[in-house]
Formats: sequence, structure tokens, C-alpha cells
Amino acid sequence: MMKKVFSRPKSLKPTAFHYCPGCGHSIIHRLIGEIIDEMELQEKIIGVPPAGCAVLAYDYFDIDMGEAAHGRAAAVATGLKRVLPDRVVFTYQGDGDIAAIGTAETIHATSRGENVTTIFVNNGVYGMTGGQMAPTTILGQSTTTSPGGRKEKRDGHPVKLSEMLAISDGSAYIERTAVNSPAHILKTKKAIAKAFRYQVEKKGFSLVEILSACPTNWKMSPVDSCKWIDDVMSLHFPLGVIKDIGDKKDAH
Amino acid sequence: MTAGFIEIDCESCKDCRLCISVCPHQLLDSSEQMNQKGYCSVRFTEKETKKEERKCTGCALCAITCPEIAIEVYRA
Amino acid sequence: MPKVLMRGNHTVAEAAVRAGCRYYFGYPITPQNETPEYMADRLSKLEGGSFIQAESEIAAINMVIGASMAGGRVMTSSSSPGISLKQEGMSFLSALELPAVIVNMSRGGPGLGNIAPAQSDYFQATRGGGHGDYRTIVLAPASGQELADLTFEAFDLADKYRTPVVILGDGMLGQMMEPVAFRPDVQLRKLPHKDWTLTGARGRPSRIIKSLLLDPVEEEEHNWKLMRKYEKIAKEETRWETFESDDARMLVVAFGTAARIAKGAIKRVREQGLKVGLIRPISLWPFPTRVIRDFSKKVKHFFVFEMNMGQMVDDVKLALEGNAEVHFYGRPGGIILTPLELSRVIGSQYNQKRLG
Repeated sequence: MMKKVFSRPKSLKPTAFHYCPGCGHSIIHRLIGEIIDEMELQEKIIGVPPAGCAVLAYDYFDIDMGEAAHGRAAAVATGLKRVLPDRVVFTYQGDGDIAAIGTAETIHATSRGENVTTIFVNNGVYGMTGGQMAPTTILGQSTTTSPGGRKEKRDGHPVKLSEMLAISDGSAYIERTAVNSPAHILKTKKAIAKAFRYQVEKKGFSLVEILSACPTNWKMSPVDSCKWIDDVMSLHFPLGVIKDIGDKKDAH
Repeated sequence: MTAGFIEIDCESCKDCRLCISVCPHQLLDSSEQMNQKGYCSVRFTEKETKKEERKCTGCALCAITCPEIAIEVYRA
Repeated sequence: MPKVLMRGNHTVAEAAVRAGCRYYFGYPITPQNETPEYMADRLSKLEGGSFIQAESEIAAINMVIGASMAGGRVMTSSSSPGISLKQEGMSFLSALELPAVIVNMSRGGPGLGNIAPAQSDYFQATRGGGHGDYRTIVLAPASGQELADLTFEAFDLADKYRTPVVILGDGMLGQMMEPVAFRPDVQLRKLPHKDWTLTGARGRPSRIIKSLLLDPVEEEEHNWKLMRKYEKIAKEETRWETFESDDARMLVVAFGTAARIAKGAIKRVREQGLKVGLIRPISLWPFPTRVIRDFSKKVKHFFVFEMNMGQMVDDVKLALEGNAEVHFYGRPGGIILTPLELSRVIGSQYNQKRLG
């Protein structure tokens, strides 16, 4: 007798995703949906989507969601959490949202030790607007505003935001994962679940940075994009736990 | 003896081929049939295979990697 | 009600707390620093209160958005350059139909300007200030007591119409100490339930609060919805005061501190027999258009006095539709005219026009 062992999470609406073929966003959406189901968070979770390809995240998650202006999700999440400290509040942001226009809000939400979780989707470009350079575009990576590849002198260096946030005493758990293979996808799921758990346990600010493919703007096939994450991108953005205060009692 | 089976929602498939690349038994390939969105959806080659001859274990690697949640997995 | 002697910036904060405000997010900027300082202390002693000195005025207004989405009564305050930073947030608050109170203690500008009182943020406040078609309720107190009353009422107005309310003050009002009486505390439990907030979808379908409407048909309808709301507000919430206007042959139009100076000036010219009165808009948006137009049936000379280069005067001219002459006198940059000085300018204009 066959049993169904994999299907769509209940906390995702039965809506077809609008994302490009091979985009990591929908994988990450599914993981969050699975975690919301498994941790029974649907009735107490509030999400803040970004400006970016995932701006329509509220069309997919069957949870309360409130829009934020580009880059401001950490501040909106702060306001939500201060009024409703017993709910789970998370932001879902791209690399531009979090590490360009939203840098101040992200650093300060972390420094304040706000008990919120940030899902940081790093695909090294500004996807929705057509593939411009992002703070996490690596040197040599070609984008529409770094023609010929990002050059140190002309375009500056990529921003390693997760490492910066780890320095702050307000951050409790920061891990970088990827969704370019089933093994990495399962690790990402564990990381997101841990981040939500740390929030529930009031340990402080938690963030999972997820290297995610953008085949359209990288101008590669989805399979090649996933390979590029392994071969190139993760050399500059190494996977692994960047900070974990564990069960330290004086954490928060 | 474990056996697995998958169902693909062809209309959701965007032909990213990630599932093809992860199946340990190479049981997925392009169906060369276009869906309503204009993508040639992927097909499960064991759909018509007899139970005893099936290689699918229901590992779900394809479903885990599918961005569209287009694959449902069954396992005995 | 007993009166206390209080600095305007403190009055705003105290009135807000009594109106049920439990969340304040702000940033230091002169001349309103006393407001975040007072709130830091006051909210720390209140159950469930939350004060954050945010990293910027931008962060503060976005925290306001989040707290409002969650159903809290929330306020931020700043002064001119900081209010400029908040304009994207103002547009979002309006589009998202979120209640909030924003206090601006205006100072000299443009640019970094100075820290002296001015009224040069009238356009910014009443024309929206941010992008898109929207309006915010703008209330202009002219005294410490009015600061207390209008701030208190602002929270009810914000909740009633699901719209941001701006308290447009200036550095003078913020810094002056005056006796004020506060209204009794609002009972938070007795406030009407908000059925649109984000609180976690328990026992109900999930909710979305968003302003992205990619389909132009939807966006157009949303704009009309906002417009209908603004029409309702204009009908029911227009506020003004008149002073010595019954037999006036010239009407001064002024708001806030300028109106206070004008009252003093008018008392002086009245002593000399000049028939001058005052219309003081209290709601700058909605502007008392009809009141001014009605007065123009009998009064053909209006004297607009503002502490800026001419902003409210546009609304006066629009209201008059050419039915009367408008003379503008403004002093920008934080210059504060005395009632005596203003009385001379008014008197001179009155006599020039031979109004007898």
C-alpha cells in the first residue's frame, strides 16, 4: 500500500508560483510552508515580504502578511513584534532589500536583539528590476550595471552582511545555506526551523542567508545555476553556521 | 522491498530540469509535450512500468528540488 | 481638571499616552528632542509600552507602520528635515490605510536650516508630501492646551478613518511652557475592535495588508476609495476659529503660532478703530475652504500672515476663487514677529486699501 510522503504544505495557498523556472524563491517558500505546518505556526505567524521578486509572497503564504517599503522590513517587523511579542514575526528579503537600502534597519534590528527572524535570499542580483548589480554581486560577475563584470575600483566590493551581523551581541543565530541541491535544501529547512525556534525561545535576532539561483539574470540554465552556486558563489559566501549562541542562558 | 511512485502536475512544470539532474536512477526526462504555459513538462519514465520492475524508491529528491511543488511522492 | 505647567514637547507626549498611545518610535532632532525623551521615560513605566530611539527617522516611520498593522496606537515625532525623511512612510501609511499620529515641530528651512520656529512645512504636510494621490489630516494647534487636545483627538481620528494624522506645530509651541489640562485617560479595553489588523490568523482567514496593486483597474478603484474617504473627512472634520470677524472689513488668515501673534496684532489695531478680524484654520487639511469663501461675500480683503514664503496663501486664494483681494506677509527662517510689529504691517495695508 503506497502512502503519500510528499505534497504541498497546507500553509501555502494552492496558487501557481510566478517565479522563473529554477528560481530558488519557490523552494524557500515551500520550506517555510512546511515549517509553519510542522511547528503549527499558521495562527501565530506574521510575515513581511520584500520589494523584489518575492513582493507577491502574500499570494502564496496563507498567513497574515504586511507589506513593507523596499529595505524597511526589519523596521516594520520591529513595530509588529513590539506590539505582539508572543507572535512569530519574520521578514523575507532579497540581497538589495537587506544589504543595500535596508542595511541600517537590518543592522539595528540585529543590534537591538529584536526577537524576529530574517530569511535573506541571496541571488547576487536585483532580479525583479532586470538583473542589476546587487551588494552581493561578486567581483567579476556581469550584471546590467556592472558590464564586463564587477570591478573593484569601479563598483566596489561585495557586502558580507551576515558576517557583519554576527559581530553584534544582539544576533543569536546566523547561518548561510543554499537551495541548489536536495541536501542543501534539507539543511536550509533545518536552519529556518532553528531560527524560528530561537525566536520562540526569545534568544534574539536570527537570520538564515540562503544562496539561491536566479537563472534568468545569471543567463544560465537552472541546472548550471545550481552548479555555479557550488563552484563559484559559495567560495565567496561560504556555507555554514556563522553564529550560534546555542543555549547560553544570558543570551537575551 | 520498498517501492516508490511519483505524480507530476504537468501544468505546473516549468521545465527547469532540476529534478532530472537529481534523480539517482535517472527516472525523469522531458516529455516533449508542451503544457498551457508553453513549457515542455518533465515526465516520470516509470509511469507505465510494472511494479516489480520499478526502480523508484520514493526518495523524494525530485520533489524536494522541484521549485513548483509539481511532484507528489508515494512510498510503500 | 487640574492644570499643569508643561513644555509643548512634553504636552504632546503626555496627551498621546493618555489617548492610549503605547508605542513611540522617534529620533533626536531639535526642537522636539524632549518628546522622545519624555516618551522613553513614560513608556518604560507603562505595562506593554514600547519606546525605541530608532536608527533614523526612516526606520521610525516604518516601525510606526508595523505597530499600526498590529493594531497599536502609535506615534512618531520629528522636525522638518526628519519629516522629509518620513515621506515615503506617509505615502505608505495612507495607501495601506493605517492609523498613526505624526508630530512635526517645524523649524527653519530648507535644507539643514536652523532650529528656530517656522511654518514652512505647510505644503509638505497638506499636499501629502510623499508620492501618489493621498491626503493626511493635518491639525495646527496654536497653544499648549490645543496641543494637548488635538494630539489626544488625533488618535481617535486616525482610528476612525484609518488614516495618518499630522500635528503640525513649530519650535515655539514645542518649547514654550504653558498651563494645560489633560483629558481623562482612554480605556484601551473599551476602544473599538479593529477587524483588519495582522495578529496571526487564529480562528479567521489570513489577512494581507498591502498597497501594491499591479492591475491599473484595481489601483484606480483604490484611489477612488481613498478619495471618498477624504471627502467624508472634509465634510466632518474641518475645524477653524474666528476672532473679531463679525464686522471685519479685512480678515487675517493665519495658523498656529502666527495666528497667536495675529490675535495680538488685531487687538492692537482694533484699539485704533481698524475693523480687522481673524480666521484661524485649525485643520489645515481639510482646509476651511467654504468658511473663507462665505466670508468673501462681505469681506473683500484678506491678509495672510505665515512664518514662511507663502504656502497657506495658495489655499486661501483657491478658496476665494478670485472673489477678494489677498495680501500676503511672510517671514521665513525662524523670524518671529511681535504682535506690535505685525499690527503695523496690518494697519498699513488696511489704510492703503482705505478700508476706513
